Amino acid sequence: MAIRGETGEWEVVIGLEVHAQIVSRAKLFSGAATAFGAEPNTQVSFVDAAFPGMLPVINEVCVSQAVRTGLGLEAEINLRSVFDRKNYFYADLPAGYQISQYLQPIVGKGTLTLDMPDGTIKTVGITRLHLEQDAGKSLHDQDPRLSYVDLNRSGIALMEIVSEPDMRTAEEAGLYLKKLRSIMRYLGTCDGNMDEGSMRADVNVSVRKPGAPLGTRCEIKNVNSMRYVQQAIEYESRRQVEIIEGGGTIAQETRLFDSRQSTTRPMRSKEHAHDYRYFPDPDLLPLVLDPEWVEELRRALPELPDTKKARFMREYSLTPYDAGVLVADRETAAYYEAVARGRDGKLVANWVMGELFGRLNKAGKSVSDSPVSAAAVGELVDLVADGTISGRTAKDVFDEMFATGKGARAIVKAKGLTQITDTGAIEAAIDGVIAANAEKFEQVRAGKDALLGWFVGQVMKATGGKANPASVNEMLRKKAKG
Amino acid sequence: MALDKATVAHIARLARLRVEDKDLEPMARELDGILAWIEQLNEVDTSGVEPMASVVDARLPRRKDEVIDGGQAEKILANATGAAHGFFTVPKVVE
Repeated sequence: MAIRGETGEWEVVIGLEVHAQIVSRAKLFSGAATAFGAEPNTQVSFVDAAFPGMLPVINEVCVSQAVRTGLGLEAEINLRSVFDRKNYFYADLPAGYQISQYLQPIVGKGTLTLDMPDGTIKTVGITRLHLEQDAGKSLHDQDPRLSYVDLNRSGIALMEIVSEPDMRTAEEAGLYLKKLRSIMRYLGTCDGNMDEGSMRADVNVSVRKPGAPLGTRCEIKNVNSMRYVQQAIEYESRRQVEIIEGGGTIAQETRLFDSRQSTTRPMRSKEHAHDYRYFPDPDLLPLVLDPEWVEELRRALPELPDTKKARFMREYSLTPYDAGVLVADRETAAYYEAVARGRDGKLVANWVMGELFGRLNKAGKSVSDSPVSAAAVGELVDLVADGTISGRTAKDVFDEMFATGKGARAIVKAKGLTQITDTGAIEAAIDGVIAANAEKFEQVRAGKDALLGWFVGQVMKATGGKANPASVNEMLRKKAKG
Repeated sequence: MALDKATVAHIARLARLRVEDKDLEPMARELDGILAWIEQLNEVDTSGVEPMASVVDARLPRRKDEVIDGGQAEKILANATGAAHGFFTVPKVVE
């Protein structure tokens, strides 16, 4: 998104820090539950509340989830990593520090590919991924003088995933988040639910003249939806261009996104807080991983979106765009493949992406709670392929399948929708229509081709949509000539 | 290294300690003494020596991913200076 300012074009440079909540039953360093929506402070151990003398013990599944995510991002796995204390005071951080990883994170450099809408691919570098604890949750709107604090979230395992400043448009930032979410959902390492706060982003934005060194960046904290991330980038980049073109300079600062006004503003409380005084946590030894164990995790990874996309393009002759849409979500990909196996992949893609997605969207449902199973769609596609019903009839049958959950064959049989393949019956219908519209048919004979379509429509109507429109068309043409 | 008053005031602020202005100067001197003492360690040549994380040669112990704790809101809140409806309460901190 080159921005046009008064002094010409500006390039926007974007990097993202994503906090992704790890899928695990218990917390990173305690045995308290992680489930969303519990009564306040009922999922808190003495470790999470930082009671004196309590010691953290690491949850092995949180470690494997972080490693698996790193492998999914084709990143270096650091066999030795270190936990540090990040020190700051806030009411929902009972220990006065967050256990995080600073100089030696568990995962190093990796890559993520963006599927651009024009079918091309753009690579974004991953700088690192580290493990850390979440803080508690503060509620400020319950009392005029008090803030309420719930520590259920305190101590839940997070992965902080930092990208290189490789993105140039709000759209690319959106695609990055979508892809990261998709990979983590394939892996089952983060549910990607932004509404419940399982995935939050800090957005780093700076602007520069094309080719110039990087400008000073501002960090927009805790943006919690894809749409807000894009709005924050649009606003922030324009704000910076206006300041620089007005003769000002950008101060490196932390800002907040205001979702009501789609603007950003400086965050006051952080002015003094950037001195976190990290040091290795004396309660925890370095985390050392067995290379064999890492290899085992690598071997057990599921097929990930990029690999699946390439395979779908190869095995089912799909375009990059169609394949990208179908693999974005693991359930959708599995559904598509269940229908497509042994059938025309392109045709099935049209049914799944056009007819099924359209109806699901309208009904506010996802593939996993589709009223029509993959096997049922397959049955319908077969009925079209073998000429039992026309494509047009199939859409009506699909509507009924969607509404009632009945099978395609059962509906076709009950409603007598089987296509008329008996040419005698079609001919009779055609003759009837011609007899009733003799004058018009003379015009067709005289070469007015546009009217032919109208005749096809009339014959289809006369046969209750059960004739094959292609053969009706052909027979009408013969009659016009003969 | 010589600590000045401003650095001591900054450290005190980060640690949420109230230090009276008249105490900053003496405290800077005290901390300076401690740092000078610690800095003697710099005289030891440690090139090629791995930093030691612990005196015990142990592997970081791990826990299974099982929920075995929680469900004790009243105990968690027992020592709180303020609590209401199951929450801790603190003077309003809002951005």
